[in-house]
Parts: sequence; C-alpha cells; structure tokens
Amino acid sequence: MTGKEERLRTNVAIIKTEHLSHLYSAGTPFEKAAIEDVSVEIEPGEFIGVIGHTGSGKSTLIQHFNGLLQPTSGKIYVDGKDIWDEKNKKNIRDVRFQVGLVFQYPEYQLFEETVYKDIAFGPGNMGLSKEEIHTRVMEAMDFVGLKGKYAEKSPFDLSGGQKRRVAIAGVIAMRPKVLILDEPTAGLDPKGRDKILGQIREYHQQTGSTVLLVSHSMEDIAKYAEKVLVMNHAKVFDYDTVERVFSKNEELTRMGLSVPQVSKVFHQLRAAGYPVSENVYTVDQAEADILRLLKAKGGAGRA
Amino acid sequence: MLRDITIGQYFPGKSVIHRMDPRMKLILSIAYIVMLFCVGNEAGFLIPVIFLIAAIWISKIPFIMVLKGVKPILPLIIFTAVLNIFFVTGEPLVKLGFITITVDGIIVALKMVIRIIFLIMGTSLLTYTTSPIALTDAIEQLLRPLNKIHFPVHEMAMMMTIALRFIPTLIEETDKIMSAQKARGADMESGGLMQRAKALVPILIPLFISAFRRAEELALAMECRCYRGGEGRTRMRQLHYSSLDWYGAAVMAVCFAGVILLNIFVPAFV
Repeated sequence: MTGKEERLRTNVAIIKTEHLSHLYSAGTPFEKAAIEDVSVEIEPGEFIGVIGHTGSGKSTLIQHFNGLLQPTSGKIYVDGKDIWDEKNKKNIRDVRFQVGLVFQYPEYQLFEETVYKDIAFGPGNMGLSKEEIHTRVMEAMDFVGLKGKYAEKSPFDLSGGQKRRVAIAGVIAMRPKVLILDEPTAGLDPKGRDKILGQIREYHQQTGSTVLLVSHSMEDIAKYAEKVLVMNHAKVFDYDTVERVFSKNEELTRMGLSVPQVSKVFHQLRAAGYPVSENVYTVDQAEADILRLLKAKGGAGRA
Repeated sequence: MLRDITIGQYFPGKSVIHRMDPRMKLILSIAYIVMLFCVGNEAGFLIPVIFLIAAIWISKIPFIMVLKGVKPILPLIIFTAVLNIFFVTGEPLVKLGFITITVDGIIVALKMVIRIIFLIMGTSLLTYTTSPIALTDAIEQLLRPLNKIHFPVHEMAMMMTIALRFIPTLIEETDKIMSAQKARGADMESGGLMQRAKALVPILIPLFISAFRRAEELALAMECRCYRGGEGRTRMRQLHYSSLDWYGAAVMAVCFAGVILLNIFVPAFV
C-alpha cells in the first residue's frame, strides 16, 4: 500500500452525517425539529464528548448513528456506507452491531437469568458460534471489571453499579467499532463513576475503537475526551478539541452549559493577576501548572 | 408507532357536552345504549342516529375522530354480520350448496351492525369529551351505594385512576426498552410466530420489573402522604349537577319515549 492510499484509508470517517434533520410528529401542528442540519465527521479512534442542555437533541442524534431512528432528511454514512440507502436498509441490524449504543440507565434493560446469558444476548443475535460468544462474553466482563464468579449470578441480585456494568458489557461484547454511551454515570456515586469511566478509557485505548460519551459533567469530558461536540437547540454549536471548546466560556454559560470548575478557578486567578496558564481543564493539569509556578518562584527566590 | 395508541383519549374543549357533569354523561350514555337495543323498526333507528349526530355536532369533536373509534372493532363487526347472514333461519333468498342466505338474516345482520357501530361511536364520544379522571370520579360516586354491601368502590376507582395515569408512562417505557434491545440486535420484525413470541421476552421482562418497581414507589409515596383509603377523604373537585344536565336528561327522555311510541305504532320488521 502506498503512503497516499494509506492516508486516504485512515481519513475515511467512521461516522459521517450530511445535513441530518429529524422532525417529531412531522406533518402535524405539533411538528418539532429534534435535530436540524447536523453535519459532522467522526474519525476512527477518537474519544468524543457530547454535551448540550436537556432537550438539545443529543439523544436523538446518537440514535441516528446506529440506525434506530431514520432521519427526516439528510444522510448518515457508517464506515463509508449510506445506511438508509435502498441496498443497505435491509441490513440495518449490521449497523447496530458496528455502532454499539448504551442507553441511559441501561440496567433496566437486563432480562436474562444469568449475567453470562444477558451479555451473550448481543453476540447471540449476531449469529456467532458458541465458542466465539464465550470468548467475547469473558472479554467484555473483563473490560468492565466483573470477576468470573458473577457469570452465573442473576443480574437482579447485583448492586446498581454492577448492573450497569453488566449492561455496558452486553454492548461491548458485540465488539462495536464505535461505542456510544448516553450518560453512563448518571445516578452513580463518585467512586462508581470514576470506575466506569476509567474502564471505558481502557477499552478505548486497548481496542482502538471510537468512543462517544454523552455527559453533563464538564469535568468528565475534560478528563477523558479528546474532542467535544456541543449541541444547542437541535443544532451543532461547536465540534472541536477540548481546549478550543472550553475556551468559549461565556458562550457555553449562556446556553446553560459551563466549563470545568477548575477552569473557572484558573480564569479568576488570571483575572487577579496570577500568571497561570490559560488551558487548564483538569485537576491534574492544574496541579502541574501550580507546581510549575511555584518552582519558578522558588527558583527566582534562590537566585 | 406505540405513540399512536388512543385508548381513552380525551379532547379538551368547552362545549356544552364537555361541561356536563360526568355522572350525567355516564348515565345518559347507558340510557343511549339501552335505547339502541330497544329500537324495533327502521323508523326507530332514526332517533338514536340523529341524537348521536347532533351530540357530536354540539361537542365540536371532528366527526372523523369519532369514526376512528370504530376502526379497531371492524373485524368484530364483520364477524357478527357474517354470522347473522348465514345462520338466521327464514325465507331463503340465495341457496348455494349448504349455504343459505335469507332476507331475515340480512335484516338482522344490518340491525346488529348499526347497533354496534352507534354503540361504539356513542361511547367514544363519552371518552372524547370527559377526562379519564372525571370519568372515574363519576363511576366512584355512582357506585357509592354498593359500599353498603362492602364492595370496595373507592379502591376500584383508585385502581382505575392509577391504571389510566400509567398507560402513557408504560408506553414510553416500552418504547425505550425496545430501542435498547434493538441496539443489541434484537429482531422483532421477522421470523415465524414462535420466533416473534420469543423476541418479546427481552421486552416484557424489563417492562414487568419496571412496572412492579413503579407500583412499589407509588405505594410508598401515597403512604408518605397518609393515604389510607376512601373513608373520610374529601375531594378537590366536587361534582355538581347543573341545569345543563337536566336539559340533557330531558332530551334523552323525549328520545326514549319516541322510540317506545314508534315501537308500538309502527310494525316491527322482523
């Protein structure tokens, strides 16, 4: 393969939308656009945070990515294929195996007698062999940090956080190229939240799959994501790197969102005349920056 | 698609029919049904038909909406009609092997069809113009005498209210669970009868679990607000009969009298 070809290949967006719009209750007086003229390109291997106030169209948008909703107008390409094209329409299920979607409060979708069987539901629907299903279930349980002894337990006997991890494993077991999670940490305690997000990051790094994370926590987005997609009133407000999105402090605040708290603190420190850096979005970055300043000061003092 | 279910749908409005006391509307609806079945000849049918069309016109509910209520029971109507046409004995009109169609059969079938259609339209008009809560209130008050024989009237009415309240919630929940299972590749659109029945398991189990959870939470919330049954409970919305209701009752009485007179003076058709 020549260099040019390789570059072309890697440049193919895994998910691409063109002027995507979705109307609810189309043709009635209650007609309302849930998303309007959305054109985004998601490159393979990216970790993208999706933010937006309630009702901004995030959930509707991600349900288009795996073919659960059909757009009123516009096109969606998954891996270069128009998924609602006459030819591909019949195989819409294949899109769902490629783009795994974990809904909000996914623990309410568990139904099998054992954790093992529930995780095996997705791979089973793909028509895989028993051995292959077994490998995938074990692998998925490993990713979400569920020990083997849980395999034969009833999912209804587990704690809330464990149930949620079983549900996430159920999607991971399909080995989707793109993993979309809709507020996977809603209602969890801080420890459970960090655990799940850490596992998602590990999954992202080990498999190189694309991850989309919908979250209301700017801290989590800053900590884990590389790029941020901001939805506002059914439209894409911004789709850029974490640094550039969070530098638009005022605009984000105006649309009911915000920047990470630590960024706010640093913003005010700068306003008060301290020479702290502008691009601080996580506590780790803040720590490093303060240490840098202290060192500089200490060094100056000694000299 | 699940969002299109219109069970007990209510069209808010301010027409005379909307403003009538739900108890009177319920009584008049029952009287209307009895009247439909008392009709003994062609001329007699005119009275309930005109009555209903006038009521729909006064209520300002689109006529099409009232007709829509008939659609789901169309198979039942056809079934009854066919049964009557073939199995009523009388003067044969057509004879095809073992099948005989009689004039009497056709008339009986026609009568049955008109009755069922107008019965459904009448009751849909009731639910279109009365909110489900008002309707259960009316049922509770009308059945109150049954308390004397220890029939749990209030509890029954509360059950109906809660059930009606949760229909939209459960529909939404079903929609969500279906999407979640579809995202895991569940296939609900193809396969034979057995396969389709099996495909329902991943939807029904989470739905039942969530229904039980909601019931438990609701019971707890009711207890927290000291709910302990109907005894001594006062209501925020008191029902009162107004002159409107007595006019309605009078119109119904006149119609009923008309039907009975026509039955006596015009010969019956079958």
